[in-house]
Amino acid sequence: MYVAVKGGERAIDAAHDWLGRAHRGPAEQAPLDTAQIRDQMALAVARVMAEGSLYDPDLAALAIKQARGDLIEAIFLIRAYRTTLPRLGASAAVDTGAMRVKRRVSATFKDIPGGQVLGPTFDYTHRLLDFRLMADGELPATPPATGDGAALHAPHVLGFLNRDGLIEDTPDDGKEPGDLTREPMELPADRALRLQALARGDEGFLLGLAYSTQRGYARNHAFVGELRIGAVSVEMEIPELGFAIELGEVEVTECETVNQFKGSRTEPAQFTRGYGLTFGQTERKALSMALVDRALRWDELGEDDQGAPAQDQEFVLSHCDNIQATGFLEHIKLPHYVDFQAELELVRRLRAGAEDEA
Amino acid sequence: MTAIPSQMDRRDALGLLARAPAARLAELLPELPAHDLLRAPEIGTVMVRGRAGGTGAAFNLGEITVTRASIRLPSGHVGHGYVQGRDKSHALRAALIDAMGRPDIIETLRAEETARRAAIAVEAAATRVEFFTLARGEDE
Repeated sequence: MYVAVKGGERAIDAAHDWLGRAHRGPAEQAPLDTAQIRDQMALAVARVMAEGSLYDPDLAALAIKQARGDLIEAIFLIRAYRTTLPRLGASAAVDTGAMRVKRRVSATFKDIPGGQVLGPTFDYTHRLLDFRLMADGELPATPPATGDGAALHAPHVLGFLNRDGLIEDTPDDGKEPGDLTREPMELPADRALRLQALARGDEGFLLGLAYSTQRGYARNHAFVGELRIGAVSVEMEIPELGFAIELGEVEVTECETVNQFKGSRTEPAQFTRGYGLTFGQTERKALSMALVDRALRWDELGEDDQGAPAQDQEFVLSHCDNIQATGFLEHIKLPHYVDFQAELELVRRLRAGAEDEA
Repeated sequence: MTAIPSQMDRRDALGLLARAPAARLAELLPELPAHDLLRAPEIGTVMVRGRAGGTGAAFNLGEITVTRASIRLPSGHVGHGYVQGRDKSHALRAALIDAMGRPDIIETLRAEETARRAAIAVEAAATRVEFFTLARGEDE
């Protein structure tokens, strides 16, 4: 229990003043511009948008600057800001099949219509520090590519497997999805709520859980059927107009996994699937999300509960939100004097009782 | 200029206005014509939805910031602006252009958006992988 304390105003003010100066860094350095953070720290911005659950690159850059690069603190700032805004409506579901892709790979099929497109990836780099970035000199600029600029037609890879009935179908049930930012999540949660929770969940936590499934804790043999990154249009019905407009565009990462098949005497064998969708270029997160989504589907797919953490939706969904987690964790730093005083009294009394008996 | 646009044209124009950079719209319409505010610019969010498996049941992915405004011109034409981001002047300009009908501005925005998208498509196409295959069953 946290009991309010009084006093300390002067020290708190001084601490915040120091924070302000520490935040600025040495006065002789140029201050960081939020546009530089937005454009040059774009993957940090993407993570803050994905887990902050608010797509606005300028705001995410500001939050990162204010948080001195502490991304969970930045996500906290974004979540807090979001609560101050009215909700104007909900979009139609984005059409990821019509994504304007800048990256699109499949680990299961070599030859896919539209081709494999690597995009701006760290894959195949040697992970050697590039000291040119530290020196004054900029990297030599390479000229941008040339071409006709025709949009890549890239239908979903798993659609082809689906056509042959080799993979489970994912029909649209037409249901209005629950929203955990409006109604407290009740367990067991349906897949729509689980996907929402995972999409805003902590990357590190989900990465660890996804990895645990690969190592054997509810192993489900995931292959990356397709991973794609690119822009999708956001369309919403505007009441005063009476029709929908494409009022925005967001970059998203989508990951579809092809998993362990199931089948029986009456049903032919069929692959199953996991799904990840996240704001920004956040492919480690989307991939982790897909693996954990698949692990959480054990019940509906008729698999055994192996007691693995990634299968336990209460465990996963109650602990994947890093703002809930850090809020509870970090509050124990704050004064608990009265609370602790009571414990101290109790231990003293127990000890006194034991001495009396001796 | 006062020809009533079809709903498709208006939808198309409102989308281009919404997705254009706010600064660009300010360049294209530096002076705001006289108007009455029906709804002062207001910042809010829109919940973006996705679908499980890309095509299945809808779920809530996360929000985007959106700013909206509605105006009436002295001519009586009403305009609505819904734009991505938090720039109030962007929403106001979108509403004004919606009411005024400015095909010149819309066509400029269309060309610029097409060019922005093409530039990314070109970069992406250059990273297309051509894997060598040693044996291709379908060639038999």
